[in-house]
Amino acid sequence: MTMENNAAIASPHVAKPGKPTGFKHFFKQLHAQRALVIMSVPFVIWLFIFKYLPLWGWTIAFQKYKPARSFSEQEWVGLEHFKFLFTDERFFRVLRNTLVMSFENLILGFVTAITLALLLNEVKNILFKRVAQTISYLPHFISWVVAAGIIQSTLSTDGIINTLLMNLGLIDEEILFLGIGKWFWGIYGASIVWKDVGWNTIVYLAAMTMIDPSLYEAAEMDGAGRFKKMWHVTLPGIKSVVIVLLIMNTGYLLESGFDVQYLLGNGMNIDYSENIDIFVLNYGIKMSNYSLSVAAGMFKTIVSFILLFAANNLSRRLGEARLY
Amino acid sequence: MAMAEAAVARSEAGPKKRKHRGIRRSTGDWVFDICNYTFLTLLMLVTLYPFVNQIAISFNSATDSLKGGIYLWPRVWTLENYKYVFKEATIFHATLISVLRTVLGTVLTVISSAMVAYTISRPDYVLRKFVTIAFVLTMYVNGGLIPTFLLMKSLGLINSFWVYIWPGLIGVFNLIIIRSFIEGLPDNILEASKIDGAGDFRTFFSIVLPLCTPVLATVSLFSGVYQWNSWFDVMIYNSSNIKLSTLQYELQKILQNSNAATTAASAFANSGNAGAAQVTPLSIRATMTIVASAPIIMVYPFLQKYFVQGMMVGGVKG
Repeated sequence: MTMENNAAIASPHVAKPGKPTGFKHFFKQLHAQRALVIMSVPFVIWLFIFKYLPLWGWTIAFQKYKPARSFSEQEWVGLEHFKFLFTDERFFRVLRNTLVMSFENLILGFVTAITLALLLNEVKNILFKRVAQTISYLPHFISWVVAAGIIQSTLSTDGIINTLLMNLGLIDEEILFLGIGKWFWGIYGASIVWKDVGWNTIVYLAAMTMIDPSLYEAAEMDGAGRFKKMWHVTLPGIKSVVIVLLIMNTGYLLESGFDVQYLLGNGMNIDYSENIDIFVLNYGIKMSNYSLSVAAGMFKTIVSFILLFAANNLSRRLGEARLY
Repeated sequence: MAMAEAAVARSEAGPKKRKHRGIRRSTGDWVFDICNYTFLTLLMLVTLYPFVNQIAISFNSATDSLKGGIYLWPRVWTLENYKYVFKEATIFHATLISVLRTVLGTVLTVISSAMVAYTISRPDYVLRKFVTIAFVLTMYVNGGLIPTFLLMKSLGLINSFWVYIWPGLIGVFNLIIIRSFIEGLPDNILEASKIDGAGDFRTFFSIVLPLCTPVLATVSLFSGVYQWNSWFDVMIYNSSNIKLSTLQYELQKILQNSNAATTAASAFANSGNAGAAQVTPLSIRATMTIVASAPIIMVYPFLQKYFVQGMMVGGVKG
């Protein structure tokens, strides 16, 4: 009895069993790990300033924003801008363009990258494979400005496409591809494939190298030829990677890119090239209609957030790897 | 080698037996291979052609290029275009700014990202979840063009060099691949340093960082490419200040001008240096295209091992 009393008196803080909690402990730990705190917290502050603070700007979407006035002086208009957007013909066209182009991105991106990966995977000559891969990455590394310049000169009236078509007698006079709206979606598709197909194969090729070789041998025994092997061994082997990436990329459905549309878009093809980002730029910076611009951007981000969240959950539920 | 194999296979197999494959290749396989190699070669040529073409034009006399017909090599060799581009004060200065932002931006990005990645790789770090979620959340939400612009304005980053560095300091993708890499390091190394009594700073700088060289090479490449290729931020924030322009932005301006009427083009051709230097927008464009892409094109093949690893970690493992 006395021993226990002594113990109780000797240690005023009763040692709790299990993990200690409470603010005191928390700050104690912070102090013990202060090096780690110094290495991370300043950057969290940076994050807060540069990534979270701008969200405050979303209030502009609910105001009739005039830069000259301070925050409290702004006129509040509620959902007026959103109502405008959803009844505006131009915005629907913009939405249509965005969805078309991002679907193109999604489908084309996958099909071309997987196909190219399959073909590269079949190359037995290591040197050839290396060279082909290295060259295929080239367009990914140049900037879109350079790429757009190349695309422009390729598609120009005295560029190689027109020259070839003329020489083959397929057309009588040059086509100004970038001046015809209906061509834009095709040009967009071709551009993004040219730029990134090589890069996109990296993940699929990596997944293919992880397929158990004995599966191929087994398929051989069963008399499978090249194509059968691809269909029954390779493709199923990369299935999980494809599914994860497919799901994650649907989260980016409203992100149809910006550089291509800006650099190759012009007054003649704008009905087909203007997507949400360009719309935001046009209304925001060029026409100084800040409120409408922010409303459109906000709409995009919120929908993207929901899509990404759903995609991430779906992918997690399917038991595949998550985004983080 | 393949041909000998196939020849032997066909002679051994007697009359064409399609069913019996074994490890020998049938004619079907052969045809596929030929088609595959041909297709891939064509793909490579199509990818390379534009660059070869631009190089040819850049080394070709400007006035001669106007006649057209330059495809794979220069007809009238000259270094005039390059001389002009590098002597032009604006472009020379823009190149300097490009180099500066690439080097500084990359160094700062790599160090900051590595630091944060290290802290969140530590399972015992008390703020680990908080920091991780804070960063990951930014992949889902984005303030948008206008709010970001207004923020830069109030931070005084408009018309400033630092707008190239601060906003893009840490990218979540880079963070994740560094963290994954650190987590993949053998435990005993980090344990040993703890036993030796090394503090976190010491552990980070003397042990973790050197071990992370491969993934840091990857991040340096990604960051370097991003910095070198950026043009939109120049346009939005610094277009009014010619001293802050970068190579990509200057190229972009020339591209825009090229779309304008040819009268403007000839005006450009006649402006600048008098007499000797004969340059046209076409030749300037080609030359600048090469200058703007050559550094990266010459570097990336050597870093292939690293970025392939990086993409695997980021894409496959998640």
